[in-house]
Amino acid sequence: MTAAALLAGALLWAGPAAPEVRVGSKKFTEGVILGEIVRQAAAAAGARAVHRRELGGTRVLWDALLAGEIDVYAEYTGTLAQEILRLPGADDEALRRALRERGVAMSDPLGFEDTYAIGMREEEAARLGIRRLSDLARHPGLRLGLSHEFMDRRDGWPALRRGYGLDALRVRGLDHDLATRALADGALDATDLYSTDAEIAYYRLRVLEDDRHVFPDYRAVLLWREDLASRAPAVVRALSRLAGRIPVAGMIAMNARAKIDRVPEDEVAADFARRSLGIAAEVRAQGRASRILARTLEHLGLVALSLAAAIAAGVPLGILAERRRRLGQALLAAAGVVQTVPSLALLVLLIPLLGIGARPALAALFLYSLLPILRSTQAGLASIPPELRESAAALGLPPAARLRLVELPMASRSILAGVKTSAVINVGTATLGALIGAGGYGQPILTGIRLDDFGLILEGAVPAALLALAVQGLFDLSERALVPRGLRLPPGG
Amino acid sequence: MIALSGVSKRYGDAVALEPCDLAVAPGTTAVLIGLSGSGKSTLLKIALGLVTPDTGTVELAGERLEPGRALELRRRAGYLVQGGGLFPHLTAAGNAALMARFLGWDPERVRRRLAELAELARLPAEVLGRYPAQLSGGQAQRVALVRALMLDPDVLLLDEPFGALDPMTRRELQEDLRQAFRRLRKTVLLVTHDLAEAAFFADRVVLLRAGRVLQEGTIDDLVRRPADPFVERFVAAQRSPLQPPPEAR
Repeated sequence: MTAAALLAGALLWAGPAAPEVRVGSKKFTEGVILGEIVRQAAAAAGARAVHRRELGGTRVLWDALLAGEIDVYAEYTGTLAQEILRLPGADDEALRRALRERGVAMSDPLGFEDTYAIGMREEEAARLGIRRLSDLARHPGLRLGLSHEFMDRRDGWPALRRGYGLDALRVRGLDHDLATRALADGALDATDLYSTDAEIAYYRLRVLEDDRHVFPDYRAVLLWREDLASRAPAVVRALSRLAGRIPVAGMIAMNARAKIDRVPEDEVAADFARRSLGIAAEVRAQGRASRILARTLEHLGLVALSLAAAIAAGVPLGILAERRRRLGQALLAAAGVVQTVPSLALLVLLIPLLGIGARPALAALFLYSLLPILRSTQAGLASIPPELRESAAALGLPPAARLRLVELPMASRSILAGVKTSAVINVGTATLGALIGAGGYGQPILTGIRLDDFGLILEGAVPAALLALAVQGLFDLSERALVPRGLRLPPGG
Repeated sequence: MIALSGVSKRYGDAVALEPCDLAVAPGTTAVLIGLSGSGKSTLLKIALGLVTPDTGTVELAGERLEPGRALELRRRAGYLVQGGGLFPHLTAAGNAALMARFLGWDPERVRRRLAELAELARLPAEVLGRYPAQLSGGQAQRVALVRALMLDPDVLLLDEPFGALDPMTRRELQEDLRQAFRRLRKTVLLVTHDLAEAAFFADRVVLLRAGRVLQEGTIDDLVRRPADPFVERFVAAQRSPLQPPPEAR
């Protein structure tokens, strides 16, 4: 007894705990490298530092920072002024002031600038005589493919179109990493680039001169929550020391190592930390098997938890829907509407409510699983012949016992079919959880698309498909255990 | 003992049953007869509390049927419907013992009671292990009879129990049921549209038409002293060409 209490006390009193610092990163290579550099610097300063990588675009990261889901991430001054704070043309002092009002601190610039640029294949640009952005207006037939974020940002395509009078150009939106590939393959004539993109040199792209200075200044900085200074002062000092340490050539070289030489970002960041900061960071090189295992556990966790919650809510709601026709129709309609919301939109809608990570992903999967289970429960119960319900009532069974002993067993096959549908859909939809930091098999798929690494894409896609098949098989087997034998017999004696 | 007095039922504007009285003396069999839609099944369901009448009172197994007592009283009545109404997910034994097990009978008592009733219903023991999908129509109805008798009710209510059976099976089952009712001294209310069946079972017959009782009495009264031209036509329509008219017998 005493020994147990002492042991518990010893476990609780583990000395002054190392502060936890959560680093976020945007879902492009440079963001991931910077996030990893920050993580290693924070770890070297004594913090338990975790890197929640590839969380999404600007809006997701900024909201996560304000909500306290992450403590620090790398941002660009132009993005801050144009997109986040809506203070076009503000200088660093004005930005700092506006950030402080929101409880956020900004580092001095890290040293490099990563501005938006429009790039074309060198020979194509030379053939058409295009050197400057203002030249584009003379070639309305060009095929422009722009990243989604660039299309939507006020400092992106809208500014460019206004500034250079490009209304006649046809543009379409696609993923940034895919756009660069499409440009290199000749499927597009021009796309937006980051000026530090490694592909510029690799694919021999010409960056068009911004002769009317439409794009603002995009110097890289770190943003962190002001409460970090009191929680982890050593970490804030370490972050401040990163200012001015990453020159543009260094950043382009790091991007090139990660994207073109396929060196993991952790390693690229560790080399930088060793050379430029004198930090010997430990990089946990994860083998493929343990990586897949970790993803599998994340994925199974998402599917199992959301499915369990959907069963716990869907079956009672299905029973209610069958008992009260009016209410039932309303419930089914509501669940049906949720089903029509595209999964990506639902995930993003849930971020303000639930933050990033597993929670919004679980909530979204739960909502998607609800309709099949609710509907199959309702339909299974409704298909019970009225004379059998009457027989159960005539025996003198109370309503709850009728439900438990007669109605639910008779509806079990239909309910199980609904659960199975939900489970299989969930395995597929859970891959999208990676978009908001929930991990799972979607993570290697996302990273694989970003790095143009087909092997990595398969590392997520193949296990996801296998898991879907396994879930299907498991449910076929469980039907034998869960559906009463009498319901599985062919009719007729 | 079953007694209904002044019970009536309407669904919206449609009258299912005009106010009527019905009494079945203990140990006797009464038959409700009439065409479909005449209100005979409604009357039976009112007797069991499955349908709540708009007016009137019901006495079942000697007690006044109140909403709070319905479950309790139904356990003192057996109910048998066309096709048997067996639950497909339970074996024959599972169906028959469902209520006894719910009430917490010990397994030995359940087993003994099942064996006793299977013998009475002339059901081979191996049939009790089968599922409804594996039973013939006659077997299903015998299992349903065992289920209805499981708690040894005073009263039995039967709604067209021989409806879906072929003539030979029906005849056999009718014989067995009548014998069982007599031996066990059950109070029985049976619904049918078949006059021969009514004649076979009934101590008293109640003929309904369009929610109204047209005549009540013995089968002889109905055949020899019809109270209404409809009764006469109803009787005449069911006279089998194989049988001479009753006057000639």
